[in-house]
Amino acid sequence: MKFTLSWLRQHLETEASLEEITYALTDLGLEVEGVEDPGARLAAFRIGYVREAEQHPDADRLRVCKVETADGLQQIICGAPNARAGIRVVVARPGDYIPGLDTTIAVGKIRGVESFGMMCSERELELSEEHDGIIELPEDAEVGQRYVDYAKLDDPVIDIAITPNRPDALGVAGIARDLAARGLGRLITPAPEPVPGSFTSPVGVSIDASAQAHCPLFLGRYIRGVKNGPSPKWLQDKLRAIGLRPISALVDITNYMTMDRARPLHVFDAKNVAGDILVRKAAPGETLTALDGRVHTFDGTETLVCDANGPSSVGGIMGGEGSGCEPDTTDVFVEAAWFEPVSTAATGRRLKINSDARYRFERGVDPEFTRPGLEMATRLILELCGGEASEIVTAGAVPETARSYGLDPARVVSLVGMEIAEEEQVRTLEALGFAVTRTGDRLSAAVPPWRPDVHGEADLVEEIARVASLSKLVGKPMSRVTTGVTRPTLTPMQMRERRARRTLAMLGLNECVTYTFVSDTEAALFGGGEPARRLENPISSEMTNMRPSLLPALLSAAARNQARGHGEIGLFEIGPLFEGGEPGEQKLVAAAIRTGHTAPRNAWGSRRPVDLFDAKADAEAVLSACGAPVERLMVLRDALPDWYHPGRSACLSLGPKTPLAMFGELHPRVLSALGVKGPAVALTVFLENIPFPRAKGTTRPALEVSDYQAVERDFAFVLDDTVEAEAVLKAARGADKGLIERVSVFDIFAGKAASEQLGEGRKSLAISVRLQPKSGTLTDKEIDAVAAKVVAAVTRATGGTLRG
Amino acid sequence: MDGLDTLRGRYLGAIADAADEAALEAVRLAALGKKGEVSLKMRELGRMSPEERQSAGPALNALKDEIASAISAAKAGLQDAALAERLRAEWLDVTLPPRPAQTGTIHPISQVTEEVAAIFGDLGFGVAEGPQIETDWYNFDALNIRPEHPARTEMDTFYMHRAEGDNRPPHVLRTHTSPVQIRAMQAQGAPIRVIAPGRVYRSDFDQTHTPMFNQVEGLAIDRDISMANLKWVLEEFFAAFFEVDGVETRFRASHFPFTEPSAEVDIRCSWAGGQLRVGEGDDWLEVLGSGMVHPHVLRSGGIDPEQWQGFAFGMGIDRIAMLKYGIPDLRAFFDSDLRWLRHYGFSALQTPTLYAGLGA
Repeated sequence: MKFTLSWLRQHLETEASLEEITYALTDLGLEVEGVEDPGARLAAFRIGYVREAEQHPDADRLRVCKVETADGLQQIICGAPNARAGIRVVVARPGDYIPGLDTTIAVGKIRGVESFGMMCSERELELSEEHDGIIELPEDAEVGQRYVDYAKLDDPVIDIAITPNRPDALGVAGIARDLAARGLGRLITPAPEPVPGSFTSPVGVSIDASAQAHCPLFLGRYIRGVKNGPSPKWLQDKLRAIGLRPISALVDITNYMTMDRARPLHVFDAKNVAGDILVRKAAPGETLTALDGRVHTFDGTETLVCDANGPSSVGGIMGGEGSGCEPDTTDVFVEAAWFEPVSTAATGRRLKINSDARYRFERGVDPEFTRPGLEMATRLILELCGGEASEIVTAGAVPETARSYGLDPARVVSLVGMEIAEEEQVRTLEALGFAVTRTGDRLSAAVPPWRPDVHGEADLVEEIARVASLSKLVGKPMSRVTTGVTRPTLTPMQMRERRARRTLAMLGLNECVTYTFVSDTEAALFGGGEPARRLENPISSEMTNMRPSLLPALLSAAARNQARGHGEIGLFEIGPLFEGGEPGEQKLVAAAIRTGHTAPRNAWGSRRPVDLFDAKADAEAVLSACGAPVERLMVLRDALPDWYHPGRSACLSLGPKTPLAMFGELHPRVLSALGVKGPAVALTVFLENIPFPRAKGTTRPALEVSDYQAVERDFAFVLDDTVEAEAVLKAARGADKGLIERVSVFDIFAGKAASEQLGEGRKSLAISVRLQPKSGTLTDKEIDAVAAKVVAAVTRATGGTLRG
Repeated sequence: MDGLDTLRGRYLGAIADAADEAALEAVRLAALGKKGEVSLKMRELGRMSPEERQSAGPALNALKDEIASAISAAKAGLQDAALAERLRAEWLDVTLPPRPAQTGTIHPISQVTEEVAAIFGDLGFGVAEGPQIETDWYNFDALNIRPEHPARTEMDTFYMHRAEGDNRPPHVLRTHTSPVQIRAMQAQGAPIRVIAPGRVYRSDFDQTHTPMFNQVEGLAIDRDISMANLKWVLEEFFAAFFEVDGVETRFRASHFPFTEPSAEVDIRCSWAGGQLRVGEGDDWLEVLGSGMVHPHVLRSGGIDPEQWQGFAFGMGIDRIAMLKYGIPDLRAFFDSDLRWLRHYGFSALQTPTLYAGLGA
């Protein structure tokens, strides 16, 4: 909302400076977004007089003008069609900055003829979009005078942002009311004086029952014999200053009413109004070409203002193309109606029309100002265009808005935390137009009709607080929850998330935060893409689905990093994946990928391609950090999702039902679809699936160590190629649970060479078994006995034989 | 006894000449071995008269000791020389880079979220969470944003697909963390102090907006919490977060449907030389929206607004991360560019705590 300082002063008698006013506006909640002083921007331009204008010798469309300027007679080349002798113009001198062109004028040669300046159009001065020719000023413009002084442009323009709850501040009068309440001056907005009608309006008005709810009040008045020329300079200047283009007196008056009083009106050219006016619901399929030049088709929910020939405007939003006034208009019908906010907003949104009228009606226009607004507009029309006004025709009634709310002055102080005396509270509300009465300890405030946003005590508190000024608020310590040491606030799951995160970073992975939505392709590759997880209005085709997995985004990120030449990539993210489209169908997971090598090229041979055991190690580290019993987890190969390599992936799980983690090499097809140069490995840990330990307390179990010498024995077994290490380890561990402390794999001999040496489809697996006696040193005999049990158990479980 | 001096001279000379341990051993055998010259002489002592023995014995023993200690000294010398030679041969190029170790990083959003949680944790605020796909009731109605409220369209809401025949209003991607307020109040009742950090979504993508970003919501409800308490809490927070002695805030009246009175909050700062310094200077930087929780919102959370009151605020985690750590571009937060992650990320060991300092 833009207005000029002088416009504000029409409503507010004040001694306050511009700074005081802008500070107060922002502080009151009418945030100043900018103050522009056109005087400063256009200060250089001065008035000139074109004494001669001759055809340029080398260019048909250019004229060589001799212009009287502040610096004497100057030669200026001009291409404007209206450049001619005898006109008064706005002159820029060499060195002047032209805002509309964003350029600084220099002395130049145009087709061989020198030019010492420029004569400006309104667009070049950013006064309007007008660029058909240079500005022509009336006779009273003095050569050498500053243009801003002549045109009275040295009036600061204040631009404020209006929050949606303040429709009353969409008019200068309402803004002045706030400032007056703050104590910045006296509100002097004149009350409109009624204009008695001298004849009966030949156009009648009525509201169809179908539209009563959306247009409860419709007033109108016929004015005959008007002369619709350009509006007077004071009005044109006002509108121009706030960025509106003057059109004609009648249109300018409606714009003035909108900006001055937040009161939209519509002026029909009476010769285009057939019969009486009827406000009714649109019929589905009905159309109207509006003033925006577009043909709008209605679906039956819209409120239309119609005459005998059909729709002539969309109520409260925009007039029809044929309904507006022309320069030759002589008789008009002025509409002042009240349109209901919710339906106006819905219609405006549906038709995609943004207008000053819609903007105000959808936020709430003062219904009681409908008639005074019409009277004020009538007076302006008669003043500026002449004519004779009819009596006012009325349909419907002013909608009831009267309501009062109780207010406890002590509660105001308690909520705001600032001492605001009761008298001051009352004064503030009254200055804002509330009628305050008292019953006992409580106040009651009747809400003025221009404040549709006020719906209870809290709103009254807000009014008092913002006028009292929140910037005066002094912080007050808030009591602590506990008197002593602060207690932990995180939940076990939140702690788990943090541990998982820092564990993965310790493992050398870089944490990412990726978009929660993925493309159709990415979703489909990872088991998603069905309608429930799709967005209805995605912002781009890359962001259409709530992610079914964190992996596609990490893999796409890996591909982008590969393209930048990174060879060792390890990325992770902790966040939700989505299992459906309902609230809560999200699951917190930690996911990571690795691709390329484990290390950059180096002299130590420590570089090798990543493999699935890197992913397994990462998964186990996270599980361990989260308190999962890693040594008890089963490694399951079945029911794995198809984005993994079928032979190189597995679940880590406590039982067949709930996997705690998945890891493996990614399917080559998935990698190629995402543009990743493979192979790549990945893991996902389902943080919420890990059981929390049952024991609370902090005590650890006692450390049990044996003083007797531990013994390690190695065994190599020849096995079928497909026998899994876990089978061997499990059998060996079970051979003597009392003595065997640990079993580990230390060598694998498999592949072609193994087949040649051990027989087709055979491999060798070497394990080390550590025996820890607890009651005495082991004798050779005892050791041999355990060794025999290990061999027997492994043979029984796997069919393997001890390698000779 | 003559001849002993000759013996001494010969053997000490041989010891000094021995080039290695083998030569030394040969000298030892020749002198002190079973059939060594000195040993043989010792054996002769038995055949001497007691008088002769008295003078020859000590002399011979002294010679024996002298030769033995000369041998062991020479041996130690040879070992030292051998070790010195070995060490000389074990020279390595210490300027070679070591085996590369992988170092991971924590994303600034996670780090800053933990910083915020650490500060508010000290003030007794727990961390609340909620779903990112929300019903429109939690995201809007419960927060006093009625269906016709312009905020619904101004917030650029993402809607979830709604199946044919399902007539519920479509779910939304939460446009703010405020619905977590409602869920937390419903779950915990009053009094309550929580923050709710997390991802939020708005359909906006340009230089300074991304369709997903991170917010943190704060909520404190009790019998007598006031807006003056809010100001104190925020000033304490900003001083702790930006790790300066104090940060002055400025409250400007504003409007949010879910708070009343509402205020936009600016912090004092300076931008000298393009460098932001919080807590000093004459500029103001808008950082958050806040206010006293609207009675409608309290009721939505199952709390009686006649009995309880309190404040709420919301600010951008990405934004305060950018301000604190001088990160220029919001969009880069979500790009996963390794160069960016390594540059702006944090070490796994840098867990923010109040006693060590957040950015320590």
